[in-house]
Amino acid sequence: MSDQMTEPTIKAQSPLSEAWDMFKRNHAAMAGLVVLIFIVFGAIFGPYLYPGQPFEMVWAPFSPPGVDGFLLGTDYLGRDLLAQIIHGARVTLLIGLSAAIVTVVIGVTIGALAGFYRGMVEEALMRFTEFFQVLPTLLFSMVIVALFGASLPMITFAIGIVSWTAVARITRSEFLRIRELEYVMASRASGASGLKLMFRVILPNALPPIIVQSALMVGSAILFEAGLSFLGLTDPNVISWGQVIGSNRQYILESSFTVTIPGLAIFITVLAISLVGDGLNDALNPKLRQR
Amino acid sequence: MMDPLLKVENLRIELSTRAGVAPVIDDLSFELGHNESISFVGESGCGKSMTALAIMGLLPEGIGKVAAGKIIFDGEDLTQASESRLRDLRGNDISMIFQEPMTSLNPVYTVGEQIAEVLREHQKLSKTAAHNAAIELLDAVRIPNPKGRVNDYPFQMSGGQRQRVMIAIALACKPKILIADEPTTALDVTVQAQIFDLLRDLRAQTGTSIIMITHDMGAVAEMAERMIVMYAGRKAEEGDVRQVIEHARHPYTKGLISCVPHIMADPTLEREELTEIPGIVPGLAEFGQDRCLFAARCNMVVDKCLGARPHEVGFPNGQNAACWRAEEV
Amino acid sequence: MDLVRSVATRLFYAIILLLAVLVLNFSLIHMAPGDVADTIAQSMGGADAEILDQIRVDYGLDQPFIVQLGSYMGRVLRFDLGYSYFYQMPVTDLILQRVPATLLLVFTAQILALLIGVMLGVISARKPNGILSHFVTFFALFGYAAPVFWTGILLLIGFSLKIQWFPVAGMRDVTLIGGFWVHFWDVVRHLVLPVIALSSIFFALYSRLSRATMMETLGSDYVRTAKAKGLPIRSVVYKHALKNALSPVITLAGLQFSAVVSGAVLVETVFAWPGLGTLAFQSIIARDTPTILGILFFSALMVIVGNLLTDFALRAVDPRMRARG
Repeated sequence: MSDQMTEPTIKAQSPLSEAWDMFKRNHAAMAGLVVLIFIVFGAIFGPYLYPGQPFEMVWAPFSPPGVDGFLLGTDYLGRDLLAQIIHGARVTLLIGLSAAIVTVVIGVTIGALAGFYRGMVEEALMRFTEFFQVLPTLLFSMVIVALFGASLPMITFAIGIVSWTAVARITRSEFLRIRELEYVMASRASGASGLKLMFRVILPNALPPIIVQSALMVGSAILFEAGLSFLGLTDPNVISWGQVIGSNRQYILESSFTVTIPGLAIFITVLAISLVGDGLNDALNPKLRQR
Repeated sequence: MMDPLLKVENLRIELSTRAGVAPVIDDLSFELGHNESISFVGESGCGKSMTALAIMGLLPEGIGKVAAGKIIFDGEDLTQASESRLRDLRGNDISMIFQEPMTSLNPVYTVGEQIAEVLREHQKLSKTAAHNAAIELLDAVRIPNPKGRVNDYPFQMSGGQRQRVMIAIALACKPKILIADEPTTALDVTVQAQIFDLLRDLRAQTGTSIIMITHDMGAVAEMAERMIVMYAGRKAEEGDVRQVIEHARHPYTKGLISCVPHIMADPTLEREELTEIPGIVPGLAEFGQDRCLFAARCNMVVDKCLGARPHEVGFPNGQNAACWRAEEV
Repeated sequence: MDLVRSVATRLFYAIILLLAVLVLNFSLIHMAPGDVADTIAQSMGGADAEILDQIRVDYGLDQPFIVQLGSYMGRVLRFDLGYSYFYQMPVTDLILQRVPATLLLVFTAQILALLIGVMLGVISARKPNGILSHFVTFFALFGYAAPVFWTGILLLIGFSLKIQWFPVAGMRDVTLIGGFWVHFWDVVRHLVLPVIALSSIFFALYSRLSRATMMETLGSDYVRTAKAKGLPIRSVVYKHALKNALSPVITLAGLQFSAVVSGAVLVETVFAWPGLGTLAFQSIIARDTPTILGILFFSALMVIVGNLLTDFALRAVDPRMRARG
């Protein structure tokens, strides 16, 4: 019961460790992170730890999981499903990540230029963005892949080229907002030039929502790739989860596990990514932080 | 003598915070008579808005609640009333207007509709009758061209006009009490004066009692007959406005008044230096203790002040102050 | 007059957008290896160089790109989208044959997702920690993370094969004889599973967003005013709060049209639904260029129309949008 005002002790913490603390407190996000690490681990080391090959016919078709010594059973051609899942993980994650990178690079560039330069540049870029927003994404990618070949790089490009609009919108609105803040005005007053201002001053502060959106883009790229490979528009020499579903689809009367299991793999992966993305959103969003 | 319109007895309002339960209003008692205008004054955080919300039954759900005491309106204890009874009273017998006219009106409905719906709800008027009554009310609150503006949306009006609409809504059903929570704080000074004029005139016409909540001593002097000074959830002083300004009986009141020299009773008197009250208001966590909560900032503090909560000391002119040294102030 | 002017501006802008899409798609296909002549030759069972050249001249394929583009655009403006060699019929007719099925699927799914999503969002906003709210969160995650074709297949397995409540494929039972209502209910029966699959993604989005916006609106100053007026809760929530909470959800719905069309392609494939999606897939595999172009054009058209409708819905809900024009 003192009459004096006591100075509260302020514990200084770097924004990064503050964000990590916040993230840790979100149980769902942590669970997602653990699952994701497990999946990545499985994708990288799986083929070395498990000798099965995805394209090798090893048994009779449609052997149910666990029955004949195959943990997940065999598909319509008698191939090891577990091997397909393990090898498919690599492709899925690879394309998901690279397509997300393409998306983010294009999106951030366009959004940053539009939000920073305003005026005619912004108008033109925004019209350009709206144009791409109107394109039906899957159809357009299907056409690209069908016409220009279904190689992994082409698929990555096809996904990236239609998905960047959301990132561009977010980047632009962040740039518009931050541009008007005082410390940016101060930088400009002291003579900082366009590009330097954009990348050194504004962009680092615009990162939080961009990071969150990028995480979610990985998830949506994975779903996108799954759709394309489900339809058969994928590299036939490479196994991917969507492809397994697509090729076994006609046989669901005989066995459903061959489509259920790969779908479950996709679902769990994207779910984990979404949970991590949500966790990142809560951790990085300043409005929700208790100061 | 008639029973008072509103009688608050030993009211205790508790807020649940992360650190525990705190008494944002701690044993408050006061009365409001018919056709009387009083004002609650105090700095931010002293609990004055909470008192108003408690009377209306609008304390934030799950966070604030009336822990003890009675709020007796026209013979009925509102703390025991059902939610549907309170809804009957709100907007009808007891009305409230708020501080932020810019955001207190619904942006997607016309002002006419927002006035009319109170009339339809409580007075069971038909759509046409309510609409016409709304036009008349807009006229009463001095909105020019009421017929043309009744179908306007709030974003088409200025802050001052929106506050007038709020007043129209509040007075539509001719309530017995109007609670005004910082009604002019968000408005320009010239508009403030207009709103006060309007409130005074309307009150003269309708005989509504007004409880005005403010931190602005100047507003108190304009509008109220009696004032209640709040500090840290407790009543510091109460009395007739002129008399309190002339001779305050609580060190806090004295400090507040000396901060606003232009309301001093005799402007020809040589003014003392502008003083400020040193220190800051106590946080919610410090409320409710058995000592004088103003002691830390008081220039008349003695040991007794730190030992026990001061009782209310009454004075012959009707003033009372909660200070161990009230007679000496 | 204000309304007419803004409608006109929007329409004008939409047409420009459509033409831009046309140019892009035409150029894209032109850039790809191989051309229409090869496709035609293939469907004829092979042709030698002389006949190939003749085909090219016949179809103006030896003209410069700009000329080809110009003549294509000219034909489109006369509603002539070319001729499909694979299907042996004009592309316009082909597409118009399939469009109703896709529209039925797409619009039913969007509207269902909106209605149910918003309703659940509103209810769970009032009890953010209740069971319903947790259900919304969980379902939202599922709807988003599960690939739509997988959801469709699971529904098929569950409700058409294991429990035979719904038909396995197609839009109607061709052997059925009867009046309008018999056919109506038949289509509805076929529609149920595809619509559930397609709407699951968006239902997830809308319910989460409407819950968030409702919670924000319920905490706003004007809702406090509504309560202070003594209005019944029903009125406070549904009249005052909801109308304000709808705008962001409608905006989101508008942005999703392109995704809905994409989802429809996959769902149609799973359920053998006779719409543009299955047509697209088949014609892409068959390299039937005119049809592909026509479908791309048409689906962009659907998205643009969807955006226009969303704009109008927004204006109806929020008067501030009307002022901005």
